[in-house]
Amino acid sequence: MRYQLIGVNHKSAPLEVRERLAIPESRLPDTCRDLTAYPGIEEGMVISTCNRVEIVTHTTNGHADLRGFLHDHFKIDPDDLDPHLYEFREKDAVRHLFRVAASLDSMVVGEAQILGQVKEAYATARAVGAVRGQLDQLFSRAFAVAKRVRSETAVGSSSVSIASVAVELAKKIFGTLEGKTVFIVGAGKMSELAARHLMAHGCASIFVANRTYERAIGLAQKFDGQAIKFEDLYTTCDRADIVITSTGAPHAIFRREHGEQFLSRRKNRPMFFIDIAVPRDVSQDMAKLDGIFAYDIDDLQQAVTSHVADRRKEAELAEAIITSEVEKFEARAQTLDVVPTIVSLQDHLETIRQAEIDRVRGRMGLLTPEQEMAIEALTRGIINKVMHTPITTLKTAAKESEATTVVDVVRRLFNLQVKGKSAERPTPNKDEVGSRQ
Amino acid sequence: MSLLWLRFALACYFIGLVYAFVALTRTSDLFSRIALHAASLGMVFHFVSITELFLSGQIVWASVHNGESLLAFLSMTFFMIIYTIYKTTSPGVVVFPVVFFLTFVAALDQQPVLLTQFVSHKGWLIAHIMLIFTGYAALLVSFGASLLYLLQERRLKAKKPTSLIAFLPALEVIDQIGYRSLLLGFPFMTLGLITGSVVAITAPTIGRVDFLDPKILLSVLMWAVYMLMVFTRWNSGWRGRRAAFLATFAFVAALAAWAANYFSAIHRFAAS
Repeated sequence: MRYQLIGVNHKSAPLEVRERLAIPESRLPDTCRDLTAYPGIEEGMVISTCNRVEIVTHTTNGHADLRGFLHDHFKIDPDDLDPHLYEFREKDAVRHLFRVAASLDSMVVGEAQILGQVKEAYATARAVGAVRGQLDQLFSRAFAVAKRVRSETAVGSSSVSIASVAVELAKKIFGTLEGKTVFIVGAGKMSELAARHLMAHGCASIFVANRTYERAIGLAQKFDGQAIKFEDLYTTCDRADIVITSTGAPHAIFRREHGEQFLSRRKNRPMFFIDIAVPRDVSQDMAKLDGIFAYDIDDLQQAVTSHVADRRKEAELAEAIITSEVEKFEARAQTLDVVPTIVSLQDHLETIRQAEIDRVRGRMGLLTPEQEMAIEALTRGIINKVMHTPITTLKTAAKESEATTVVDVVRRLFNLQVKGKSAERPTPNKDEVGSRQ
Repeated sequence: MSLLWLRFALACYFIGLVYAFVALTRTSDLFSRIALHAASLGMVFHFVSITELFLSGQIVWASVHNGESLLAFLSMTFFMIIYTIYKTTSPGVVVFPVVFFLTFVAALDQQPVLLTQFVSHKGWLIAHIMLIFTGYAALLVSFGASLLYLLQERRLKAKKPTSLIAFLPALEVIDQIGYRSLLLGFPFMTLGLITGSVVAITAPTIGRVDFLDPKILLSVLMWAVYMLMVFTRWNSGWRGRRAAFLATFAFVAALAAWAANYFSAIHRFAAS
């Protein structure tokens, strides 16, 4: 568990700082290579999105100088950067990564994009060989945790943008949006966006009316729709199920009498008005009519906010999942940590045993097979008895926080050199062997 | 035996009843699934109970309790049809309590069969009962749908997104459920009244039919309101508040027509 993580995100750093650290996709592979070439870093990868830049590494000793890497690589003054950096190690690094992948650290908690971005970053780093065993384990777990959070909590379920809230409301009124007609009154960026969302959910046709007829034509063409002259607005409007209105008119352009006309021509089929104009285009008394559902910008904003609040509540649940997953990951990683030590300890003692038998055999002359077997059994028995307690202790320690200390002590006592998971067989020290005679 | 099966059914419907109350305050997918399964199981018991009654050779459902049991079963059938088409259990909020109440009363005891004077018109009588009850069940579902419509409309107008909005189907879907049940129920109700009249007029034992009998007046009133509902809906697309008022009125008329069984001379089950 010698993970180290450093980075900036939307909370810790202003956009100017994040911009200076942002790495274009094309340069990601090189950055990963530079990272793994940096002293003390075994494996490393970079997550770079518009809201965060993070460097995740597995280091040789758990104390690599990641800040140094950032200063060198981005040629950035430590004074400008350091106040915005956060740095996590071991368990905390694991937790942070899990939270990022599960979209709990996102600006919009629960948005789904971040997981895809992390997966891409992982694939890039893997392709250049910057991610191997340790980070592999960490990231595959992080993806599994993200999936678990998504399926066990509703953190990603509610939509949050105004346009998607509008779509959701339209669905609550009409059920399906298939075949519904949209009317845009007053061509603006936001109404265009809302219309795009509605069309994406199946709305069939679109009308556009604008004071400047040419602009209406322009927008209508974008959607394959029909431009309507502004003076024909009231005679055409009842053909639409959903009206997105955002004119700059100083007074309401849809009043009660219009609403009554529309409803009677529509045989009381409901109409949904998305009123994003300020001041509002739909009058209050028209909004009160049965069958007219008018949401102004504040209502939509409120819906967005309540969705965000819902997500917060779910996020608490998600945090609990993360905590338990971090514990599990740590326990597993520690067990894995002691395994190489146990293996090399066994190897070490076995080498000593073989060497001793070989040495003594020369002096004893020819042995009968029974004698050979007796010596074999005797020496093995001694080794196993001696080994029993240390191995048990190591395994127990693995489950507790003292694992690193115990592993360290055992390695030092027996002069074991373990690198990563693949333990190198220690060469027996002649003097040491001799002194044990 | 038939009563025993009915009581099993009642136990299952009880879960539906609890669901109806819980569903109004919070949404739970698991609970709606449980309620659905319980309701299906209840229907199986209920079906067994009704079949047994039918095979027993009595003049079918010619007692108030047997009638209530049949009505409950038909209402559940409607509920299940709606579930199959629209995948929503929300009409259960209205249907379950009514079904539970009807089944509860029916499961109290076995009443003596009273309509013995119509033995010669057994076929007509069965047709009359089946048709009228299907009409009643459709009316109940339509009434339930108009209440849910009102509820959902209010919620959407209040602009406070709550979990109830999520639980109820879209406004147009509720509207469709209500309208379709209304349309479906109307011919049944009409034919039911016609067959009823045929039995009443031609049965030899009953003597002269009094057209001022409360049962007949109330039935005609109910039918008239029913027709008015279909008409306003078809002609001017009445829905929401106005449709709910009409539906409530029709439902009350139906209840009154049903209650008339207790004091009508020609349709008397209870007394005598």
